Formats: sequence, C-alpha cells, structure tokens
Amino acid sequence: MEILKFITAGSVDDGKSTLIGRLLYDTDAILADQLEALHRSNRKNDDGSIDLAILTDGLKAEREQGITIDVAYKYFQTEKRKFIIADAPGHIQYTRNMVTGASNANLAIILIDARKGVVEQTNRHSFLVSLLALPQVVVCINKMDMVDYDEATFNQIVDQYKVLAAKLNLQNVTYIPVSALKGDNIVNQSANMTWYDGKNLLEHLETAEIPVDDSAAHARFPVQWVVRPQTEELHDYRGYAGRISSGAFKVNDQVTVLPSGFSSTITKIELLDKEFNEAFAGQSVTIHLQDEIDISRGDVLVNSLAKPEVSQLIEADLCWMDTRVLDTSLTYLIQHNSKVTRCRIQEVLYKFNINTLDKVYEEEFKLNDIGRIIIKTADPLAFDVYQNNKANGGAIIIDSRTNVTVGALMLRAAVE
Amino acid sequence: MSKHNLDYLDELEAEAIHILREVAGQFEKPALLFSGGKDSITLVRLAEKAFRPGKFPFPLVHIDTGHNFPETIQYRDEMVARLGEKLIIGHVQDSIDQGKAIEQKGKNASRNALQTVTLLDTIAQHQFDACIGGARRDEEKARAKERIFSVRDEFGQWDPKRQRPELWNIYNGKIHKGENVRVFPISNWTELDVWNYIRRENIALPSIYFAHERDCITRNGQLMAAAEFLNMDEEDVITRRNVRFRTVGDMTCTAAVESDAYLIDDIIDEISASKISERGARMDDKVSEAAMEDRKKGGYF
Repeated sequence: MEILKFITAGSVDDGKSTLIGRLLYDTDAILADQLEALHRSNRKNDDGSIDLAILTDGLKAEREQGITIDVAYKYFQTEKRKFIIADAPGHIQYTRNMVTGASNANLAIILIDARKGVVEQTNRHSFLVSLLALPQVVVCINKMDMVDYDEATFNQIVDQYKVLAAKLNLQNVTYIPVSALKGDNIVNQSANMTWYDGKNLLEHLETAEIPVDDSAAHARFPVQWVVRPQTEELHDYRGYAGRISSGAFKVNDQVTVLPSGFSSTITKIELLDKEFNEAFAGQSVTIHLQDEIDISRGDVLVNSLAKPEVSQLIEADLCWMDTRVLDTSLTYLIQHNSKVTRCRIQEVLYKFNINTLDKVYEEEFKLNDIGRIIIKTADPLAFDVYQNNKANGGAIIIDSRTNVTVGALMLRAAVE
Repeated sequence: MSKHNLDYLDELEAEAIHILREVAGQFEKPALLFSGGKDSITLVRLAEKAFRPGKFPFPLVHIDTGHNFPETIQYRDEMVARLGEKLIIGHVQDSIDQGKAIEQKGKNASRNALQTVTLLDTIAQHQFDACIGGARRDEEKARAKERIFSVRDEFGQWDPKRQRPELWNIYNGKIHKGENVRVFPISNWTELDVWNYIRRENIALPSIYFAHERDCITRNGQLMAAAEFLNMDEEDVITRRNVRFRTVGDMTCTAAVESDAYLIDDIIDEISASKISERGARMDDKVSEAAMEDRKKGGYF
C-alpha cells in the first residue's frame, strides 16, 4: 500500500474543514471517544447535525478565535491507500503555512464556493500550487446544494478555472462537484447530481497517480552522516548515510561528489542487515565507495553522467516567512538538504501580486511576499531546477540572529 | 503499484531514519528519550537502522517515575544490555527528595506531571540540545500541529505561535544556548503503522502489551492494574481480569483494556476493529480538552 499526501486549500468559508471532516467521518477514521467529544460539543449545524468542522479544530488559541493558524496533519486510510492530509489555513496572512503544507504534498485540493466561482483567493491558492510544483490539482466545486445541484453553474466555474490553469501552466486538473456538508460526491456518489459521471473525491484520491522517481538521470544522494565504527573488526568500514533525494543508484554506478568533484564507484548499498543492488528516491541507505575520498555531511553524491548545476549565484523564487522584512545587506544562512552555508539576497528582481498574478517592482519583501530574487552563497550549491526536481531544488533561509526559518527558496537557474 | 513506489512502511521508515540522521548531523549532544513503550522501542529499532554498524550518536534517557510496570524496567535493562548502548536514568524520586517536585496526594495521585520536572533537570544536567521522542501526530490534536523539529525554550515550553515553518525534508535545528529541540521521527505514523512495523520487524515488546491475567480495580470507569502506588482503600474492589495495556505509562495513569489478544496478530485485529483511540486510555489527557496543549506548553513531551 502507498501513501498519498495532499493539501487542502480554501478558507473556513469555503467549507474546507467540513470537507476534511466529511472525508474522515465517512471513511470511519473517527474513533468513538473523539466522536463522543464531537457530540458533546455545542456547535451544531442549522439542521442539528454534528458540525464536522470541529474534527479539524486544533489548538485552544485557534478555537478561541475560530480560525486555523497552523498546518494540521490528519491521517486516514481505505483498503486501497493511506492518506496524509496537510490541512492548511487559506487566508492571505497564512500564505507561509500553505507553502509549508504544500511542500510535501503530491496533490492539492482547491475548494471553490459554487455560489461565488473563481475568486481572488482561488488565484492565490492556485498560484502557490504552481509555485510549489504540485503535480496534480483537484478542484472541488463545493456547496452545490446551495445552487440546486445545477450542472450549468458547475460547467461555468470549470470554464473559469480552465483559464486560470492555462495561465499558471497547471497540467493535471480534475473537477468534481461536491457538497461537503451533505456528503455529495465526497465518499459516496451523489444522487443529486446524476449528470456528473466522473469519480467522487475519495475514488479520485485512491487512484490518483503517485509519481515514481527512479531514473538514473538525476540520481542525488545528500550525505547526512558518515558511519565509521572504528572497531578492530570494522577498522576500514566507512559508509555514507543518507536518503536518496531523487533518481536511482546501482552498485557499480560511477558517482561524483559535489561540490569537490571527485569521482568513484559504488561498491555496496546497504541498510542494517539488508543489501540492495539498486536503491531509489525516498530510500534511506548507506552507500560505500571504491576509493577513500574526503566526504562529509553536506556533500552530495550524484550520477557522474548527469550532474546538477553547481553555482554560488542563483536565481530563485522566494517566499518570505518572517515578520522582519528581508534585509539585502544582511548575511543569512541557507540550508539545502544537508548543506548549510552563508548567503545574501543580492537582488530582488520583482515580486508577485499573488491575488492578481501580476509582477510588482518593489524592493521591500515582507511576511508572505513571494517574488524572484538572486541569491549569492558562500559555498557553491549543487542543485537542480525546482520545477524539475523538487527534492534538490528547494532550500530554506535561516536568520542567524534568531535561528528562525525566514524564507523558502525554489531554485531556478545558475546565474552566469 | 509500480515496483519503485515505496510501500508505506518503507516510506515511513525511510523518513524516520532520515530524521534521526539529521539529529546526529546537526546537534552536539542529542539524546533518545526511552519510555519503554512501543513507540520508543520502535525508535530504537530505527536508530539501529540509521547508525549500525556504528554506535548510536546519542545515549538513551529514561525518566523513571518509580511507578513503572516492573515488566517495563526489565525490558529496558535487557534491551540496553543487548544493544551495548549507554542508558541515563533520571529519577522522579530524586526530584521529590530535592524538593523540586511535590508528590500529589489523594486517591488519583500520579507522578505523571512530575516527570516534566525531572526531564527538564536531566536535560539541563547533561546539556542535551536535542531530545528524540516517539510522539505521533495522530495521537492528539495539539500533536497534530507540532513540527518534527520542535524548538523549546530553556523552560522546555512549546509555543505553538512561534513554530518554524518546516518545508520539504529540510529540518532547521539551529538553536540558542539553553534552548533544545524535541524531535519526533515517527510524527507521521499512526498507531496501526507502529504495530504493523513491529510485526514486520519482529520486534520484542514488554509483556504487558499482550493479554494476561492481572488483579485490577475500577477507577473513574476505567480498569487499572492494582498496585501499591494507587493509594487503594476499601472502596477499591480487586478483581482478576484478562487485560492488556495499549500504552505503557505509569501504573497510576495507564488504564487496561479487557482483551484476549495474546499475539501481535490479535492486537492488530483488535486495534483495527477498535473504536477507542489510544490516548483515550490515558487518564492524564482527560482533564480538559486542551490538556495536552497545556502540558506541552509546560515542557511535557
């Protein structure tokens, strides 16, 4: 069985919490004591049924304010698949939380209120999905019960969204008419919309493709730790421990260590008592090389036939995540896989108005701002273009005064 | 499924090993908090995968309330002997003797809350900068929002509003002196995932996880193992029951469930069919709806 990770984008008003609550409730993922707490609660829908949105309520602070501040992770499974939901708040002041939730997802559910159609925040959510390069989008047109389950309304919104999807180059988009409140087309096929013959949401989630990354073409292995027991019987043991971030490695592959550039051959791939002839993206393993070369944490092993970019000057998209504004005169830290080095944002090229998707030429980078910049790093980074290889194209910026993560970087190209 | 898509247990395992190796790479003095429960036992297995044939780059730390099930302590000592790794024990009794913690009185007295004092003292004494724990996000709604690298101030406090964004598989472990990070490698596992992994890896567990006959009393509608720490009186009627425990905490706050699950397959069947969540058997979470959030803010794991 595999795991599908998805994010839900929408605000409280779109019925996002109700949709997640409905998925959990109708797949029997709610346990008796949680259900009891739910029934005890005073919050009820107008018709007296339990308010499923309560299931996604988290912290006291959030309940007091009636909003979602942070990403909550929810887990459920069916006979076909396991699911991890990153439930992220949708308001503009929580853009960074949505970016965080989207960074690890395979699929995004975008909620649109059938009464309102594509609105400003639909633009924003869709832009973030394209920025973070999520491969699949499901547009749930919700509250169909409020528009009499009208097919024409659904089709009109689909047409609206297609324009946006084309503009953002979203390739794989599916449209489903739903009512999270009433349960139409979430887990059960709706009797109210017989005109819709596509999959319901759960069926779609159960069958959506999970991309496989097993090509040698961009095999990357960031070294996290060097295993050296230095005991008498294992005197010469030297294994490089890490998790393959993309592609596949085989025994006898020629690999290059970056940024140093030394090459060697893989002699063994192992994990505890298991040996592998081949290992691929996502696996944590320990790799042995033929030659004794100086390799430490922060280095990356790559297939010698397909090297990434290596540069100290890189163009990137930046999402700023801190209340302190970006200071282009300040030295920050950049963390890219296991590598940490100093950096400076050398130039802000432009920012995006994430509601209208227009470019804005303005230097100041505030909390939740997104734009294109040029970053200069103290040590060279061995990276891939984020849109082609998320695992080796994403990085974070850390403010060394506060140690807080202040920015997310989607690396785009080495600057000549 | 394509042959190169990872099975879910392999994916969860690989993620946890990656996190453990990040701890080793990023911190000077990490520690693995070992409670004797199945989640921390799973962490030990994952640490073997991450670092063998080398030694663990951290000691195991057990906060011993003195009210543990004897079976847990026996298991702990045998496990440490087998691993050949270092074990550090922080005793809640020492915190009480030093006047840093005050024993609760009354029938429902528990040392559960006092553990935090001993934990923070042990962290300070050994200057641990990262403590690895077995908490999972499916356990409870405050945990559902906690990061994998969760920064705590010198008082151990968790501030949900100050959480760092955590993107991709990049974990920011940078801290100021005095702060420490709680690290949760199995955040994304569910209770059933842990059991399926234990079965797959054939990991031994303390015997109290499996059905056995035991003297029990009923407190607040829940079955508790009869023990001297429970401040029992004549109202407490001891009955012999067939029970097992779904979590391993203190004898004072861990309720038993009646069960005929003698084997791990039985347990997995039982949990799959069960309609009560795991923390539902923990009296310590019942105090208020925000019990866990409040305790985390106070330095609890």
